[in-house]
Amino acid sequence: MKKSDKSGLSRRTLLKGSAAFAGFVGTQAVTGFPAVHADEPITLRYLSTATNQSPAIAAKAKEVTGINIEYVTVTTDDVTKRIVTQPDSFDLVDTEYFSLRNLIPSGNLMGIDAKKVKLVDKLATAMTKGEVDGKKIGNQGTAPNKVFYLEKQRGKEFAKEPTDWITLIPTTYNADTLGIRPDLIGRPITSWAELLNPEFKGKASILNIPSIGIMDAAMVNEAMGKVKYGDKGNMTKEEIDKTIATLIEAKKAGQFRAFWTDFNESVNLMASGETVIQSMWSPAVTAVRLKGIPCTFQPLKEGYRAWASGFGLPRTLKGKQLDAAYEFINWFLSGWAGAYLNRQGYYSAVLETAKENMEPYEWAFWMEGKPAEKDILGPDGGLLEKAGSVRDGGSYVERMGAVACWNSIMDENAYMVQKWNEFIAA
Amino acid sequence: MLDARSRWTPYWQAAPLALVFLVFFVLPLAITFMVSFWTYTGYSIEPAFVGDNYASAFDKCFASLPDLCTTFRTYLSTLKFCLLVWLITLVLGFTIAYYLVFEIKSPTTRIVLALLTTIPFWTSNVIRMISWIPLLGRNGLVNQALMGAGITHEPVDWLLYSSFSVTLSLVHINTVFMIVPILNSMSRIDRSLIEAAYDNGASAWQTIWNVIVPLSKTGIAIGSIFVVTVVMGDFISIGLMGGQQIASAGKVIETQITALQFPIAAANAIVLLAVVLMIIWTLLRLVDIRKEL
Repeated sequence: MKKSDKSGLSRRTLLKGSAAFAGFVGTQAVTGFPAVHADEPITLRYLSTATNQSPAIAAKAKEVTGINIEYVTVTTDDVTKRIVTQPDSFDLVDTEYFSLRNLIPSGNLMGIDAKKVKLVDKLATAMTKGEVDGKKIGNQGTAPNKVFYLEKQRGKEFAKEPTDWITLIPTTYNADTLGIRPDLIGRPITSWAELLNPEFKGKASILNIPSIGIMDAAMVNEAMGKVKYGDKGNMTKEEIDKTIATLIEAKKAGQFRAFWTDFNESVNLMASGETVIQSMWSPAVTAVRLKGIPCTFQPLKEGYRAWASGFGLPRTLKGKQLDAAYEFINWFLSGWAGAYLNRQGYYSAVLETAKENMEPYEWAFWMEGKPAEKDILGPDGGLLEKAGSVRDGGSYVERMGAVACWNSIMDENAYMVQKWNEFIAA
Repeated sequence: MLDARSRWTPYWQAAPLALVFLVFFVLPLAITFMVSFWTYTGYSIEPAFVGDNYASAFDKCFASLPDLCTTFRTYLSTLKFCLLVWLITLVLGFTIAYYLVFEIKSPTTRIVLALLTTIPFWTSNVIRMISWIPLLGRNGLVNQALMGAGITHEPVDWLLYSSFSVTLSLVHINTVFMIVPILNSMSRIDRSLIEAAYDNGASAWQTIWNVIVPLSKTGIAIGSIFVVTVVMGDFISIGLMGGQQIASAGKVIETQITALQFPIAAANAIVLLAVVLMIIWTLLRLVDIRKEL
């Protein structure tokens, strides 16, 4: 039902968009757009996971810039695979910073020219410097600031200091934690250790994407006091062994109901009551709530596992397509899309412009952690929160400030995947 | 002149199919075999000739015996599903085919009923599997019915995300692969043989066991090959219906491919291929398909 609402909306907006565009082509009177779009619309193939795609954003982009966005939807791991194996199959990619450790050495992405990105100085410091409100945040794992710049445009080395060549321009980022069904649990949950609490036997789930699941598992192990990590984002073989051993023990005891790889699966598990506590992503929690089912993205005392995603350009992109990609990125950062993403519970790359595109009460609810003055509606117009409620985890500064680690690719990645398979087979 | 041309004719006739096989079957397989000896990093694969990938596929497998290593456990679990699904689909397929061939007298009805068995194929595998989930879930229809009828008080958990649901969906998907070839073999059985068996005093069971089963052997063997190869390579059904908690050889390969570890995935694919070929070879030893076609 949610889906049909969405597509209905997008079709209308799309029609409006193409009408506006047709008018523009007809008169040529509209100014402020590069002339490249005057002859024929350019289509950008936009590769990313389902979570980062929204028909409404594509429609709005079409309306404002005239660029057609053609979404190519794959899973997190497949984004990486496509970039490494089929770098010509997309024009723009929205991928996670943690995969850069595999993507940059492949040479299939090129550095983005900072001089062509208008709001480059306004990008959130959580991304560029690993700071929120001037304070350092958790830096374990592949934190974006560690892989933000390249030595040169077609370089294979990350730069330690800011340069003009940016690996990915941030689109969305967030601080993830466990999702719970407060109605079925009925008591406060405060620690990652609860995921493996036998009280939830047969009602827990962890995500089966090894590079992310291992981080959730590390948060759990650390919270249980079972393993002490040097760097959760770059474990030693011994730390991996111990982490997986805890998971296997829990699995054999019947702790898990199922694992999930696709965010829709996590929504279904939670909404149907198959699980009451599980690894979850913010928009999945939103999706469960939009069905009228209580679901909390529970802040936990050990902090959050953060992730960040951004636009990358394939090495081979050139000419009008390249110009269009820069134009789309500039539009994306200019506020409308940022506001849209903030309303989904994500954080946008340039906060100032997003703020201009949100109502003050929305900004206060989503970003400042204040009680909602009015009912909060989801991006599709459905009721998300009643007036008076407060966002899980509070304000931007509280949530991003409490990041404990970032999604990562470890030096021992091959070994970790092998051990993860052992866990699945156990 | 004419002789020479006619000697080559069969080869030309077979050439198109041979070419298709070469390009779409032999070549990919040869490349997979080749890559299984290569080395890899997180983002590249390098030509080499090393056995490391096979060594890590069987990491600690022989040292840790009698405890089973991951690979052995995975194959054991896959083989278990394979055997179970094969047995159930065989019984179902044989019974349904028998009913259609020997119990239905009108050819029209027989064709209609045979077509009915293929209706589930009008939708995709995945949709047929997913449709089980709302039925078998903790708050699904079956559990609601059981609780409503007072048979259980707590929802039954083993209905979904369990070996049961995996077996159920695999049987659901694969039964038709058994029905069709067995139906085909059975419909060629000369009715006078069955009459002769009755005339000689054979009971119904004796007729089935001594006349119909041996004469349907080809169909059974072909159906078995279909079912065995599909189940051995399956990872979608086992993943979806097992809640991704049950390992399968295919899932291991998939995880490695998504982690961009192509060479080790290729090595595992070759191992899987070898296992499946051994099973099929055994089947073919029992039934000479070519002789009996």
